[in-house]
Amino acid sequence: MSGGAQPLAPWRWLGVPLVQVMIATFIFALPLRFWGVGLPEPVFALPVVFAWAVIRPSMLAPLGVMTMGVYLDLLWGTHTGLWAVCLLLPYGLVLGGRSMLAGQSRLIMWAWYSAATALALGAGYLFTMLDARNAPNPASLGWQFLATVVLYPFADRLIDLFEDADVRFR
Amino acid sequence: MSLRDNPLGELRVPLTWTAGIVFIVVLIASVAILLSDRREAFDTDDYGRARTLSDKVMAPVGDALSTPGRLTGQGVDGIRGYFFAVSENRRLKAELKDMRQWRDVAIALRDTNERYRAILALKTDPPIPMASARIVTDSRGPFANSRLANAGAEAGIKPGNPVMSENGLVGRVVGVTQGVSRVLLLTDVASRTPVMIDRTNSRAILTGDGGPNPKLEYLRGQDPVKSGDRILTSGDGGVFPRGLPVGVAVKGLDGRWRVVLASDKAPVDYVRILLFQDFTQVANRAGLERLAVPPPTPGATTLPPPAPAPAIAAALPAAKAPAAQPAPTAVKPAAPKPTATNPAVAAPPASKPAGAKP
Repeated sequence: MSGGAQPLAPWRWLGVPLVQVMIATFIFALPLRFWGVGLPEPVFALPVVFAWAVIRPSMLAPLGVMTMGVYLDLLWGTHTGLWAVCLLLPYGLVLGGRSMLAGQSRLIMWAWYSAATALALGAGYLFTMLDARNAPNPASLGWQFLATVVLYPFADRLIDLFEDADVRFR
Repeated sequence: MSLRDNPLGELRVPLTWTAGIVFIVVLIASVAILLSDRREAFDTDDYGRARTLSDKVMAPVGDALSTPGRLTGQGVDGIRGYFFAVSENRRLKAELKDMRQWRDVAIALRDTNERYRAILALKTDPPIPMASARIVTDSRGPFANSRLANAGAEAGIKPGNPVMSENGLVGRVVGVTQGVSRVLLLTDVASRTPVMIDRTNSRAILTGDGGPNPKLEYLRGQDPVKSGDRILTSGDGGVFPRGLPVGVAVKGLDGRWRVVLASDKAPVDYVRILLFQDFTQVANRAGLERLAVPPPTPGATTLPPPAPAPAIAAALPAAKAPAAQPAPTAVKPAAPKPTATNPAVAAPPASKPAGAKP
């Protein structure tokens, strides 16, 4: 039975993307400038969070989301827990509407991903405003939103790879 | 065998529910962590052990990873300098000519300044020691603008120290550990910096918002600022020394006064961390304590010391007794009638009543 279906190992769809996100985020946090312009700061974790919620429910995925969030906080210097909450909120939303997302076209999924990104950044905006008693710059927020939304192909690739990997959640 | 007949199919509902429960537990834990975090504290212990440890790990990794980019940049600068040497030379000669005029003005002003200081017996601020560091990571998002610098407690850096590039103020240190310190930039949404407008001496608070140009808030007076005014640190509050260059005032698209930061003129890769804490460091406290009380003017009529109220005098007779007599160890008054001065001023601290008695 060597050609039988292999079980979906957590390290393949949770571990590897998590490490990739950490590396990509770190590289984009380096003080590099090209032609006088610094690198953008997209939230690489959001495509992975979106894909994890779409692929299947999991007990390990929320822990992975929290790990990525705390890592972002430590790297970027935000309040510890801020990005964990900001990533868990869209994860929960997409997980709850998972059956509604099944079978949708790529464009519609991109729109859902944009909504999830808006929710994460909106939550960050609200928490930061409440804590600092000062509203973050909307233009800066908009740039980060755009830089994150264009990352949807990575989420699409992850969904394509693992969506049908577990027959129980087709 | 269909999926419904498969015994594994029965696992779907429990797994979905348990996944949901785990999600809620993790969310509650994250909210608890968020609410318990105290980033605004300057104390290293409150900065957090996890944050301190992560900074310590990330700094050398960031330093190593940014090395190729830094070396490439230096190589490109070298090649550019080689090919544009002639035009650069012309530009530098023009700048030197301009600077020579400024040098003459500066020498004249320094001379005048020294005379004024001598006349007024002003105590000037001592030079502030500095530590140099290289920036190894950089966060630029709307919620946090901070950088890690590869110098820490071993260089004498403490939370609150101002950080400057060669062009102007960058921010201040908010967390320090061995070999690394985290710099909160002026553009961070939590950054508040007391500044003044150089032209009018008006005060304002420079407030970051995550964008490139922080806002000028709490401006006082009528038309205290106009476009192009130089903004400097005011030194109010003692966090920053007075007079550090911050930037230039501009009117933002939203109608607010904002500042184009001087440090944005060039990439902030190397920084100077001023080992400055507050005004108690700058002031010579020992010298202040040695200050002599000026003697009374000979022949001048002064008011007699106020008579204590009867109720207070009755209640505190013992406490009043030592303060009523000048101490023999106090500065010798030149006047023949030292009792004419206010004894409460000339007396030593009340903690030494025994010394006041002959």
